[in-house]
Amino acid sequence: MKHMKKINKTFASNLITYGMVVAAFLLCQLAQSGTLEWFKMSRSLRGQLVPICVYIVMAVSLNLTVGISGELSLGHAGFMSVGAFSGILASQLIAAAFPEASLELPRLLAALITGGLVAGLAGVLIGIPVLRLRGDYLAIVTLAFGEIIRNLLNCVYFSIDGSSFHAGFLNPSLPGKLLINGPMGATGVEKLASFEAGFVLVIFTLIVVLNLVNSRSGRAIMAIRDNRIAAESVGIPVTKYRMMAFVTSAVLAGMAGALYGLNYSTVQAAKFKFDTSILILVFVVLGGIGNIRGSIIAAALLTVLPEVLRSFGEYRMLIYAIVLILVMLATNNPAFKAALGRILPHARRENSLKEADKA
Amino acid sequence: MIQFLSYLVNGISLGSVYAIIALGYSMVYGIAKMLNFAHGDVIMIGAFVSFSATQYWGLSPLVSVLVSVIVCTVLGITIERLAYKPLRQASSLAVLITAIGMSYLLQNIALLIWGANPKSFASVVSIGTLSLFGGQLRITGETLVTVLANIVIMVALTLFTGRTKMGKAMRAVSEDKGAAELMGINVNATISLTFAIGSGLAAIAGVLLCSSYPVLMPTTGAMPGIKAFTAAVFGGIGSIPGALVGGILLGVIEILGKAYVSTELGDALVFAVLIVVLLVKPTGLLGKKVNEKV
Amino acid sequence: MKKVLVIALALAMMMTACLAFAEEAVKVGVIGPLTGANAQYGLAVQRGAQIAAEEINAQGGLQLEILAEDDQADGELAVNAYNKLLDDGVNVLLATVTSGSCIAVSDIAYEERVFMLTPSGSADVITEGKDNVYRVCFKDSAQGTASAQYIADHGLATKIGIIYNNALDYSMGIYQSFVAKANELGLEIVAESAFSDDTNADFSVQISQMQEAGAELVFLPIYYTPASMILQQANAVDYAPIFFGVDGMDGILGVEGFDTSLAEGVMLLTPFSADAQDELTKNFVTTYMDLYGETPNQFAADAYDGVYALAAAMQAAGVTAETSPEDACEMMIAAMQTVEITGLTGTMHWDATGEVDKTPTAVVIQDGVYVGAN
Repeated sequence: MKHMKKINKTFASNLITYGMVVAAFLLCQLAQSGTLEWFKMSRSLRGQLVPICVYIVMAVSLNLTVGISGELSLGHAGFMSVGAFSGILASQLIAAAFPEASLELPRLLAALITGGLVAGLAGVLIGIPVLRLRGDYLAIVTLAFGEIIRNLLNCVYFSIDGSSFHAGFLNPSLPGKLLINGPMGATGVEKLASFEAGFVLVIFTLIVVLNLVNSRSGRAIMAIRDNRIAAESVGIPVTKYRMMAFVTSAVLAGMAGALYGLNYSTVQAAKFKFDTSILILVFVVLGGIGNIRGSIIAAALLTVLPEVLRSFGEYRMLIYAIVLILVMLATNNPAFKAALGRILPHARRENSLKEADKA
Repeated sequence: MIQFLSYLVNGISLGSVYAIIALGYSMVYGIAKMLNFAHGDVIMIGAFVSFSATQYWGLSPLVSVLVSVIVCTVLGITIERLAYKPLRQASSLAVLITAIGMSYLLQNIALLIWGANPKSFASVVSIGTLSLFGGQLRITGETLVTVLANIVIMVALTLFTGRTKMGKAMRAVSEDKGAAELMGINVNATISLTFAIGSGLAAIAGVLLCSSYPVLMPTTGAMPGIKAFTAAVFGGIGSIPGALVGGILLGVIEILGKAYVSTELGDALVFAVLIVVLLVKPTGLLGKKVNEKV
Repeated sequence: MKKVLVIALALAMMMTACLAFAEEAVKVGVIGPLTGANAQYGLAVQRGAQIAAEEINAQGGLQLEILAEDDQADGELAVNAYNKLLDDGVNVLLATVTSGSCIAVSDIAYEERVFMLTPSGSADVITEGKDNVYRVCFKDSAQGTASAQYIADHGLATKIGIIYNNALDYSMGIYQSFVAKANELGLEIVAESAFSDDTNADFSVQISQMQEAGAELVFLPIYYTPASMILQQANAVDYAPIFFGVDGMDGILGVEGFDTSLAEGVMLLTPFSADAQDELTKNFVTTYMDLYGETPNQFAADAYDGVYALAAAMQAAGVTAETSPEDACEMMIAAMQTVEITGLTGTMHWDATGEVDKTPTAVVIQDGVYVGAN
């Protein structure tokens, strides 16, 4: 009976998360169509809808690594970049193979799938060495991989000449039209991404992550996070489950990257530097480690915040930094937390995670 | 051969700069157990203060270093008091994010005070270049001073933490905050002291960084900060000699990689070596192995 | 004294701003990195544009208002800034400052029909196939080609080395076109060496590669900040080839604290020189110095000229504050090709491709100032 209650509680909590996303989506759609008197969407906000979806997926997927699996990753943007570039390539190659047809939706889908798969492959390759380490050492190695990926992408050239493709490393003189031009990145990308696609991707991510968390595998992952040695001693294959979380997270980040890449006419490897990885980590920590709903809210709010602060002119980033520090101080203030706990009775899951964080 | 030696010297000179930044990093990490991502930006502030002292207030280079150390020490204590101290009980990730916020804050304050245009930092070192083998091998005065400063700081820090009462208190806090408090150690004051020393070192690092590589902008500290963090991990984070060894090795690998592999891939190579080292020795070159218990 | 002047100027600015408001100013949107690692370029553009707008407003008639938004040289933020500016009702754009974000914004501006003149976005693809995108500076390939041509024509050197930034589109664009042209002209490139933004402190390897290969001339298609380090470190090892730069090199003499004797003999192809003795440049440099305490660079000059070009085109086309961006776009396209202005970066006019026609002048640095090279 008690067990049933717990399942119902999780189910209700997940339902709230899905409901929140769907409601936000519908609200935005209504606002965009201009039917709401009290909420007219500015161009500025409209332009951010896709990036918001992308960052939500990034934050939720990183939360899987950092919160659920308990590994601090500082190179999440690396997977995003791999997904972005491979996704763009996939969509361009299809366009080149079928020049007559207008295949927007299939191309977008192909880009998302390719981006996810290639990033997943990168996740496996990186995961093998990374997951042998722990704590801050693991963090620095993910940072190192992020930087290596960016450094390598700056040297990659890819061109299309009629129906043949050419790839070059450190060698820009390829025949035909350059699709990816080293540090200049991909240019002339057709904008295939849309808010609807972003919404679908967010829902897909939630289904994957929430189901994983509430599955047998998810419980194993969290058991490893809470006490690796104890988990190992009861026969949980530690590496397998850590890898599962890490690669799932990479696949989702790759898909987000593909969507991001197809939202702008140009993408450069420089975008996916350390700062971007950190930015996503900020979303996760601010939303509450291990708290998926928090990640969604934090990603959306913090993506919009710098835009809202534009009216402060040159003081914008200064204020952003101060807000960031103050929010961290406030959310970790016992008195504030207690006050918050009174408003939101279901206490956050942070406590159990703090232990994991210390380990 | 001379060519190789010359690259080696350049590597050491770059590495000694990484090392001196890494020393501060490692020290703060070792005691306070936090990754202070704002360390690189304290370095930048230190360099700017020294620059202002010589260029605008007409102080001598040596005095400017002193002013810079004082300003950075005060800055370090203030940052610690305002931003890190309230988070003593919070998760280490919360502290990490706060440190990143602090890093943005310092960069943007510098942007407002000193503007975005790069400044050319006049070297505070007045020793000339040492020429060997008929001028084929050169060691600049900056390199000599930086290497020397590294050694002095390393020895001083080792003695300080090993011999003095305050130093011993620091190590106690690093081992176990709760137990240290029970032994009558003022944990908060000790951590404040750690930040004061770390930030003072940052000022020296900033001045030496910009003496060797003279471009100074609000973002000057960011990349050396990350590299020095890498160096500290490389050597075994928390270990003072490790920071020195890690820094020097990182610089040498970077230069030799650029020289003999590819200038485009120098960075990738540095990080690749780091990964390999950590796989072989998961706690860095000189890091302590910690056994886990259930 | 200086302070008084600044306050007086600020007051004058506020008054003209008020005046401008009363006359319904045409809003010109500027997008560029106002914070972050590239803030020096974006701020220079914002300030240069502001000075030009004040001057135009003071003449009466057409009134301009500059609205600047930050993009941190990032495509995503540049698109956000673009949307914000259109929300704020800009009529035309003077944007964006850096190439990467310029490509992102120009594609949208083309689709949505917003007229845009980039002061300093130099990648070739920015204007390609877009009838409403114009630029003030030279495109990358033109600079690379012109540099190779100049070196060959003047027989400056037979052995050429190149140090470029392989993480910067601007540098790569010029580098690639320079190599192509140099091969065509039979110039021998003996060494090529790259660096990336993350490792732009130590150039010892790049310099010794140049030295080993015996390069008599080192081509530097990079910005002045890393260039100043290269000059310094080359000097430290007594390596003194001819250093040849492009417009990004301009500004090197204005770096506070830089020992200009290190730049002795450096040549560069640039349309603007802060040391030029003509009345226009002198006035601009003085005003800029008084307001911001710095010597203006190429970016500020390009923005200044850009605002004048926009103003001339607006007057020719009759664009007012009421003209919608879409209407203004078609009117400006037609008018832009009739405009001819003489600004800080020379006498310029534009053709339908959006590229500017002006002559770069080769200058050589002697005794800390630019001297025309022959």
